[in-house]
Amino acid sequence: MEFEFDWEANEEKVKELKIFMEENKRKKGALIAVLHEAQDLFGYLPIEIQKMISEELKVPLSEIYGVATFYSHFSLIPKGEYKIGVCLGTACYVKGAQEILDKVEKTLGITVGQTTPDRKFSISATRCLGACGLAPVLMINGDVYGRLKPGDVEEILNKYR
Amino acid sequence: MITIQELNEIKQKTLENMKLRLQEDSGKGLHGKHVLICGGPGCHSSNAEGIKKAFKEKIKEKGLDKEIKVSLAGCFGLCETGPNVEIYPDGIFYAHIKIEDIDEIVENHLCKGKIVERLLYEGSLKDGKIKQVSEVDFYNKQKKIALRNCGIIDYESIDEYIALDGYQALAKVVMEMTQQEVIDIVKASNLRGRGGAGFPTGRKWETAYEYKANKKYVICNADEGDPGAFMDRSILEGDPHSVLEAMAIAGYAIGSDQGYIYVRAEYPIAVRRLQIAIAQAKEKGLLGKNIFGTDFSFDIELRLGAGAFVCGEGTALMESIEGRRGMPRTKIYRTAHRGLWQKPTIINNVETFANVPAIIQNGVEWFKNIGTEDSPGTKVFALGGKIKNTGLIEVPMGVTLREIIFDIGGGIPNGKKFKAVQTGGPSGGCIPEEHLDTPVDFGSLGRLGSIMGSGGMIVLDEDDCMVDIARFFLDFTVEESCGKCVPCREGTKRMLEILERITKGEGTPEDIDRLESLAETITNGSLCGLGQTAANPVTSTLKYFRDEYEAHVYEKRCPAGSCQSLLEFFITEDCIGCTKCARNCPVSCISGKVKERHVIDTEKCIKCGTCMEVCPTGAVIKK
Repeated sequence: MEFEFDWEANEEKVKELKIFMEENKRKKGALIAVLHEAQDLFGYLPIEIQKMISEELKVPLSEIYGVATFYSHFSLIPKGEYKIGVCLGTACYVKGAQEILDKVEKTLGITVGQTTPDRKFSISATRCLGACGLAPVLMINGDVYGRLKPGDVEEILNKYR
Repeated sequence: MITIQELNEIKQKTLENMKLRLQEDSGKGLHGKHVLICGGPGCHSSNAEGIKKAFKEKIKEKGLDKEIKVSLAGCFGLCETGPNVEIYPDGIFYAHIKIEDIDEIVENHLCKGKIVERLLYEGSLKDGKIKQVSEVDFYNKQKKIALRNCGIIDYESIDEYIALDGYQALAKVVMEMTQQEVIDIVKASNLRGRGGAGFPTGRKWETAYEYKANKKYVICNADEGDPGAFMDRSILEGDPHSVLEAMAIAGYAIGSDQGYIYVRAEYPIAVRRLQIAIAQAKEKGLLGKNIFGTDFSFDIELRLGAGAFVCGEGTALMESIEGRRGMPRTKIYRTAHRGLWQKPTIINNVETFANVPAIIQNGVEWFKNIGTEDSPGTKVFALGGKIKNTGLIEVPMGVTLREIIFDIGGGIPNGKKFKAVQTGGPSGGCIPEEHLDTPVDFGSLGRLGSIMGSGGMIVLDEDDCMVDIARFFLDFTVEESCGKCVPCREGTKRMLEILERITKGEGTPEDIDRLESLAETITNGSLCGLGQTAANPVTSTLKYFRDEYEAHVYEKRCPAGSCQSLLEFFITEDCIGCTKCARNCPVSCISGKVKERHVIDTEKCIKCGTCMEVCPTGAVIKK
């Protein structure tokens, strides 16, 4: 999927990122913090923004791309309006998290790492969310749903449709 | 800048407000009640904030908001029964609390003093008597050092941390002790790194102390990546100041003025509470310039991880703080000599740090009396998987696995049989029933082919396939291998492919030999801990559950009944002939007349499990 970055619509956010870079660029090892900020602002790391960061921080684009692809938290494609994270930590796995994930994928018609064409949902398989007492767990934009059965998935997703 | 007198004033003043919770009656009797709600990771996810609000509203409505205090605290540990609520000074423990239950608790317990038995934690009712929270089986075998304040203090209040002797250890260290004296105490205590490797903390500090440099760093490793471990998260969220205080002590000991906490971005609550705690400590002058009026200055900065398990490895973490891909360095130098930005650096785990102030305060003898000679002190474990009391516990080193799993953990639910316990996450292994009486410490688990690791303990029952568990961990390692060395990058991938073949019933006898040979190469040929331990899940399951591998390979059978491709669906006599399965089967492989028992044609069956889902009488089973 190709996503074009809209400079005009994002003017304010770009300005915000520039201020953040200005404040932090003298700090040692600022790149990851800047990428975090960019990801928070735009929801992903558009290549256009990576180029801008490269120029501002004087870090080669190749290195930025290297860092952005190394860490699973950073995404090069836009995430959905609702980000679904299915926990695949050990505690959730032995309590049937794989079946939950299968059901979410089947219901939405996309697989892990993808975004629905209407940009409404995206799915990721997360590592332990630290809520092992509620296993298996899935999280949608910060709302945690625990002690799930595959049959619960449809109803939960319907709340966001 | 704060003085020791001011610190003590805060302590006395705040303690007065905490009497109910601490059940400390100074002779005048205790007046009022305190409702303490668990704000740990699990309970927070099940609406602890909403419960707090509802309690406050109801109490206000009754006009009791002067006498009854309501607050959130860090993790109580018993995540299974959350959301949890405790009422003090009575020490009553309510479990599984819903918003609808709050009226009843307020009306009966708080207004009339009548305990609502229906909502009590089931373990606190024994022989018709109601036990206090400290006396229930889950808690009475525990010993809390790292978690000493979790579940008691308000995690956003520095005053409450100070009230329970917080920052006293730092005061003592910077005002009364030399650097060498601090190091000697930590060395004598034999505190070992709680992040997994068990390296003696004091030796680490001494190495960095002795190395002369114009700048040194203290790092707190809060990149808790082991799936199934959440003790660091609970400490950071429930008692963040204990980590800050310990880092400052470490800074003083080695001669550093700058600390970093490298924390996972996946823990946004921990990040927020750390930010609050750091700001509070700076405001009070407990961090920053000239702490307690001495020459010692120390500052702490937060750095966020970005979802890479390998960054839990010390040198990879330093690469990441420096803004690069988190790939481990070749170990030419010790990090205590050349670490972050090539300067002497010590790096300790959250739980290790949380122990330090307690050791300084209570002394070496006290600490060494707890635990074993090889591993003094306690260890926090996260119990998860097929265990009744899922949650967080802290026990003295040397208790047996059986005590942890059956006495504290409550055993296996649903009458199932225990099969193994997985310790140490992707670097650890599976320990079977016959070794359950092993006392837990760093050495003993290593000898069993597993590791203590950061303290995740996942209990597996008879329904879990050990080959599939090994496959699960290899899948994790393949994803998380940084790609720097060939044995890890290529070897783990090949191992995963073999395990996938075996779980699909396509394995050959040679595959088991190949797994063993690959395991040896990866273990010996990898640079960092991730690769060196990556084969542990496979070697330990091969050691104790070889028969399961063989059943998959020779008989094409999964003894646990978990590997989907090796299963056959079967309709039992319980079938009432409703035809629902036949109508829903996507490949029409079920036949049978109305009101007669149906049959599955296993040749055509694609094992999708739909028939099992739709059957109203549970007559479809997997064999």
